[in-house]
Amino acid sequence: MKPLALNLALALLALALFLASLAVGPAELGVSESVRGLFAGGGEAAAIIMREIRLPRALLGLSIGFTLGMAGAVLQGFLRNPLAEPGIIGVSAMAAFGAVAVFYSGLAGSALYALPAGALTGALAAVLLLMALAARNGSTLTLILAGVALSSLAGALTALVLNLSPNPFASYEIIFWLLGSLKDRSIAHVWLALPLMAAGWLLIALSARAIDALSLGEEAAASLGIHMARTRFLIVAGVALGVGAATAVAGTIGFVGLVVPHLIRPLTTRMPSRLLLPAGLGGAALLLAADVAVRLVLPAGELNVGVLTALIGAPFFLWLVVRARREVF
Amino acid sequence: MRLAVENLDVSLSGRPVLHGVGLTVEPGEVVGLLGPNGAGKSTLMRALAGQIAASGTMRLGADDLAALPSAARARLLAYLPQSRIIGWRLMVGDLVGLGRLPWRGFGARLRPHDAEIVARALDLMDVAHLAHRPATELSGGEQARVLAARAVAQDTPVLIADEPASGLDPAHQITMMRALARLAGEGRAILVSLHDLTLAARWCDRVVMLKDGRLAAEGAPEAVMTAENLAAIYGVAAHITRDEGGLILAPIGLTDGGAP
Repeated sequence: MKPLALNLALALLALALFLASLAVGPAELGVSESVRGLFAGGGEAAAIIMREIRLPRALLGLSIGFTLGMAGAVLQGFLRNPLAEPGIIGVSAMAAFGAVAVFYSGLAGSALYALPAGALTGALAAVLLLMALAARNGSTLTLILAGVALSSLAGALTALVLNLSPNPFASYEIIFWLLGSLKDRSIAHVWLALPLMAAGWLLIALSARAIDALSLGEEAAASLGIHMARTRFLIVAGVALGVGAATAVAGTIGFVGLVVPHLIRPLTTRMPSRLLLPAGLGGAALLLAADVAVRLVLPAGELNVGVLTALIGAPFFLWLVVRARREVF
Repeated sequence: MRLAVENLDVSLSGRPVLHGVGLTVEPGEVVGLLGPNGAGKSTLMRALAGQIAASGTMRLGADDLAALPSAARARLLAYLPQSRIIGWRLMVGDLVGLGRLPWRGFGARLRPHDAEIVARALDLMDVAHLAHRPATELSGGEQARVLAARAVAQDTPVLIADEPASGLDPAHQITMMRALARLAGEGRAILVSLHDLTLAARWCDRVVMLKDGRLAAEGAPEAVMTAENLAAIYGVAAHITRDEGGLILAPIGLTDGGAP
């Protein structure tokens, strides 16, 4: 497919699902009522539902999905590994641990920003640690191994907090948050996460040339004038900002970053930089679709979108691997 | 542009690998880099390509190679690594187009001028007919030529190729050497490491022979690719004849007390 046509088609798909996300919810609002609620002033019920409940949810679905898809695409290109995903460098796990620590300390209820701030602190700690390691020993393999170690450590610390948790209710709250959801977020969450995610997109976009050159390995890329240390910084910082901010407001949402680049790649020239935008748009479409689905499947229930993406994503990924075992990428 | 190296020392993980090596490659010249495994050929090339730290002087024309920013270096010196890595199922044409990266603005597409250079590189390496095939589905020898075309597409005054002819069939070994000779004919300086002695003798204007990280011999193939030097450097006895095209060397046995 021509790149422009692909991007246009995916953008339209994401837009359609964005509108669908606005239209779905327990309150039975008609189309005209919804539109009026979104744009008209006043404090009527429809306006409150649209602006304060559904709009933030749809905006977060769009921007977090975009972030996860793009982060997955850039990491797969950077590491030349089709199994790479945002979780691999340990940022999601550290962000989750940061949030869990805030829960445990009891500060979560004190301010809207306490929980995201904890998650961002965790993500930042992960980045600084990875940077320090990457600076000492400038190899990509070190970065992956450090990420795996960091993920395990964050997982262990999270388990420790759960273990020490004073009451079952706190544990339940922590676990529920870890599952990942876009439910009941406010526009303040959007304003908190969106600028950070946008900064992440920018840093990732700046690494586009480098990931193309890295298709030929690190030595050839360096000989093509790619500054490896700078590239590593751009990508690690970009992914950490984006995924850290996403995790801060929505908990951990897995498999979007892993599966979407695989879905989109066969439709592109397979040049890694040409996958970034389509993977972002595809990620937005997938997360919005999943978030619409959790509302339709169990309208009254508490099915978390992170559970659904993992439930669908993992078997789907297995199917991808089995179907194309000769040439996954 | 002249490539000149003097007194180059390189250590890898604290172990000295190159000791005071010096060599020059003039524009219009193909210089063969010879020596047994572990003699330091790849290390020398990687140092020239700025991949590893080295002490000594490396000059490219009037510039200090070590002080050049990586983007500027990429427009002057192309390096074809020995490891042949193709990360994704890229089309051959797109892969060779990566050689234009140092010349392209941010995110820009290939201009007609770039496309012309890419087409020439594909032709030169005899892979133009593969341009629309996925590079990962080619044979090893075809991939080697495609990757070499990528380095050629960089269109630099200096080209450093680490064993570009290994794994190629006899016809394409000659295609490869002829391509390098043509590039030199355009005034480029070419440094190429080789293991095939006859190929080196017949296609290189000069050869530089390394042993144990030191310069062992340097000069025209006829002058330095002698039975004595081959015995001392490789530890082989070679059958050496000549025809109008140059030397023909066939290693036929190990010398008594030779290295291996």
